[in-house]
Formats: sequence, structure tokens, C-alpha cells
Amino acid sequence: MPLDSEKTLKVGSGKQFGAEQAEELVRIEHLSKEYVQRRPLTGAEFTVRALEDANLTIRRGITLALVGESGAGKSTLGRCLALLEEPDSGEIWFDGKNLLKLSRRELFPMHRQIQLVFQDPTSALNPGMTAEEIITEPLAIHREGTKAQRRERARELMEQVDLPARLEHKRPLELSGGQRQRLAIARALALKPKLLVLDEALSSLDLLNQELILKLLADLQRIHSLTYLHISHDLRLVSQFADEVAVMHDRRIVEQQPASELFMQPHDRYTQELLAAMPSLESICAERLA
Amino acid sequence: METLLKVRNLTIRYRSELTEREAVRRVSFDVAPGEVLGVMGESGCGKTSLGLALLGLLSKEHAEVSGSVMFRGDDMLTMKETSLQEIRGAGISMVYQEPGTALSPVMRIGMQISEIVHAHRQWSWKKCRAEAHSMLARVGLTPTERFFSAYPHQLSGGQLQRVALTQALICGPALVIADEPTASLDARSQCDLIALLRELKQGLRISLLLISHTPEIQASLADRLMVMQDGEIVEEGRFDRMYWRPVQGYTKTLLRRDRPAADRNFERADAEQEHAAR
Repeated sequence: MPLDSEKTLKVGSGKQFGAEQAEELVRIEHLSKEYVQRRPLTGAEFTVRALEDANLTIRRGITLALVGESGAGKSTLGRCLALLEEPDSGEIWFDGKNLLKLSRRELFPMHRQIQLVFQDPTSALNPGMTAEEIITEPLAIHREGTKAQRRERARELMEQVDLPARLEHKRPLELSGGQRQRLAIARALALKPKLLVLDEALSSLDLLNQELILKLLADLQRIHSLTYLHISHDLRLVSQFADEVAVMHDRRIVEQQPASELFMQPHDRYTQELLAAMPSLESICAERLA
Repeated sequence: METLLKVRNLTIRYRSELTEREAVRRVSFDVAPGEVLGVMGESGCGKTSLGLALLGLLSKEHAEVSGSVMFRGDDMLTMKETSLQEIRGAGISMVYQEPGTALSPVMRIGMQISEIVHAHRQWSWKKCRAEAHSMLARVGLTPTERFFSAYPHQLSGGQLQRVALTQALICGPALVIADEPTASLDARSQCDLIALLRELKQGLRISLLLISHTPEIQASLADRLMVMQDGEIVEEGRFDRMYWRPVQGYTKTLLRRDRPAADRNFERADAEQEHAAR
């Protein structure tokens, strides 16, 4: 069932899909990226293709899940978008600007618009800094506010991600896994970005923590009108929160659809295989009885 | 049926200079030969501590372990280190969550596996290598010479997990402790590994202590299930009973029995279809 652009459909958390919201925040076109690596000992160079002609559109205010097997190129795409990697060719349009055409000076303020949350908060956070320092660091780098104002902002952000204020002088290793990921999210939000790239941000958490963080992300999205690119290999998890899903296979995006349609009627053969490989808990348990 | 492993009143207390914490409190359970016992619970509930304690791998300096762990009638908690070493690998073995960190990065795959056989059996290296060869084939890998001489970083996550599994199985243990064996794998490799574990369970008749918080994995493999919270067992029983008639609210949450339908998106799709029909 193709999505009718004239009609407004109510989906998930009450977000409106339709003509007035269809405005895109990100458009990625023909993006390609190769990594040059060296063989150990011989030092001979060889290239690994990570992205090949990838196309993707992210509309404002939605959660787009990017799924696929390991090695499909999901993380490379996310890192290119977050300006951590430079693609070899293609275009990345963000908020009407072609990021790859910008000079270094013009690019710097763009960093604050796109922030990344990594899979493993333990290795992503500086172990020697306190929670407060971790949150205020990006503000200091972008020369925002006075020291006192930054500290005030850190307190505000900790409250938004449900971190008790008494933790502000703790270091990452003194926090639990869930708390660390909250801290990473607070840091990512410090510069009021428009887009958050969540690269397997839930994978290191257990089921209950995953649910809590998902709820938190949904709340934050509503409050700050954020757009999420959520990279995940867990289709089951994705089905719980995504508005749209893009499937990546073999360095390309093979399909992008509203989540409800993708799960009901996948068009691409690879997506069909991926879904078939995911029996539901209900079906496994019913089968056990048979 | 006789029991293979009998754990009684197992308590694990971690000590540091500042704090003391009971990670596992008076836990008792049995594992029968050929049985898969699933352990569920959120992070920090003591699942991993339990697995490590069963192998006597917790440092005496920081952890105080009391109770009893009877493996084939001998108490592992009072055993000498030399006897423990005989049991580890050949009696009870372990598959860790992160195969990438569990394997030695500077040792070739073939050696990492043959070495275990060599430590437990008085065999020639040639025979040990042949044994490694056949076990690798058994877990669905193609043990070419190139594979044998590869280093861990040259393999994929799915291959690494199979290598770790080969290490665990190579000396024919009666019990394998698998700590989140699929957590680091993508969906398809997860399915492959589950299918493999099922096949091995039937073929080799090994018992499995399956630590995992993913209900689909428990449903695919577990005969019985044990739910842990804050170091204690809150509910325990046959998996089917636990799924269809859970008693504790916590069990319901973990097995996702506390919400009407599994996927919000399928409901969404229904609603949309209705909408379109109108």
C-alpha cells in the first residue's frame, strides 16, 4: 500500500505524516566510500569498498532506522553523515546545504547540527572526565556561554536525560551502562543538534534499559523536534520505534519505506529474506507446543 | 534422571576497599545431562557472576563464594586448582559474549584450538590439529589451511563466535556455559548460531547453561528457564510453563507477556489498512 501524500496518516507517537511535514532534512545521493588499508607485514595497499552509490532521504522530525547485516556499510554511512569520514564521491544535502561543497570554516558550525551517539558508551566517553565536563566540553569547543552558564546547561541536560544531579562529579566508570548511555545522549544534545545519528546506541544495553532509553529518545524527540537516524541490526527492536526503515545490503540502500509497510510488505528480496530470518517470539513458542 | 550439576545456596560477595556487595544470593538449581537451562535477567542481576563462579574463575581476593557447586558429585568450590583445571574445558567449558576479546589476537586460529586439546590430552600435536580440524567442520566452518593460519582479526564476527564455540567443545565437555553467545552477532548470524546450538545439543548430548536476556533465543533453545533479579532467582520452571503461565511480573516483562501484541508496527499497519478501506 503506497503512502498517499494527500492524506495525513497518524502513525506511532502521534506524528503527522503528510504533505506539510514531508520536508526533508537530509538527502544523500550516490554516496561512495572506499577505505585504503595495508596488509600486515608486506604493507601492500588494498581497498575495501564500504559504500557504493547509496541514496537516502531523511524527513524532518522522524526516526529513520537504517538496518542491515554487519559489514553492509551502515556505520560508514552514519559516519559520513556526521562528518567523521569524507566520502569519495556523491552528495550530502543537509538543511538545504551540500555539506561536501563547504569549506572547512563553513563546515565547523555544521558539526553542531549533527551529533553522534555510539554503540559502546564506555569507550566513547573519556574515562578521566566527570559527567559535567563531558557534557560541557562540546559547548566549550564551540565557545558557547560562560563557564557558569555551561555548568547550568549541563545540569539542565542531565535532568532531561533522567540522570540524578548528584552524579555530575562522577566519572563514566562509576556509572552503570544505562547511565553511561544517557550521559552520551546528554553530551550529544548539548549543542542543540537537528539530527542525532544513533549508531547501535541500544545494542550494549539489556532489554529493560533499552526500553527506558527508547522512551527517553521519544520524549526528547518531541521536546526538541529532533530527527533520528537510528542504525541497528536488530529488526525486532526497530519495529518498536521506527517511523521509516531503510535497508542496507552490500554497500547500497536497497529499500526505504514507512516502517508499517516495510514489515507488512517488503518489496526487495533481501528485505524479505531478512524478515523471514526473524521468527517472532510468539511463533517460536507456539511451535514448541506443536 | 541423575543430575550433572547441583548448585546449592551459592552466594557471591564482591569486596573492594570501599564497598561490599552480594552479586548472587543463595541460588540453588540443578542441570540434568543433555538439558538446556536458560538464565534471564537484566544486566547486573548476577548472571555472568554465576557463570564465572561455576568455573571457579572469580578471584579469591575480590570475591567470596559460599555454598556448593557439585559437578558429577565433587564440590568445585573446595577443589584444588589442579583438579579444577582438569574440569575446565573437559568437564565444563565457557563461550563468552565477545569472541573478539576472548580469543588471543596474536595466535593463529588453528593453534588456539589445538592448544586446548594438547593441554588436556597426552596427544601428539598432529593428532591435536586433526581434532581441531574435525571440530571446526562440525560447527560449520571450512577448516582450510588458510583458515587454520588466520588471525582472529581476519575473521568475521560470526566466524569468531564459531571458533570460540569450537574451543569450548573440543574436549567434549558435559556442560557448556554460554554467556550471551549471540549478543555481538547480526540477525542472520544469530539465527545460524541458534540452529547450530540446537543441532549440537541433539548430536553431542551436552548440557547448556544459556545466559541471555533475549527471549527469542531462550525460546529457541531452553528446556527450563531461571529468572534472576538482584542476585536471586525469582522464578524457575519449564520454559513452556514460564512462557504461557508466568507467575512473577518480572518474568512477564522479560518474556514480553505484559503487553497485548508484540509489534506496535503490525498494529499500526492494521489501523492504516482500516483507514484506507474507509
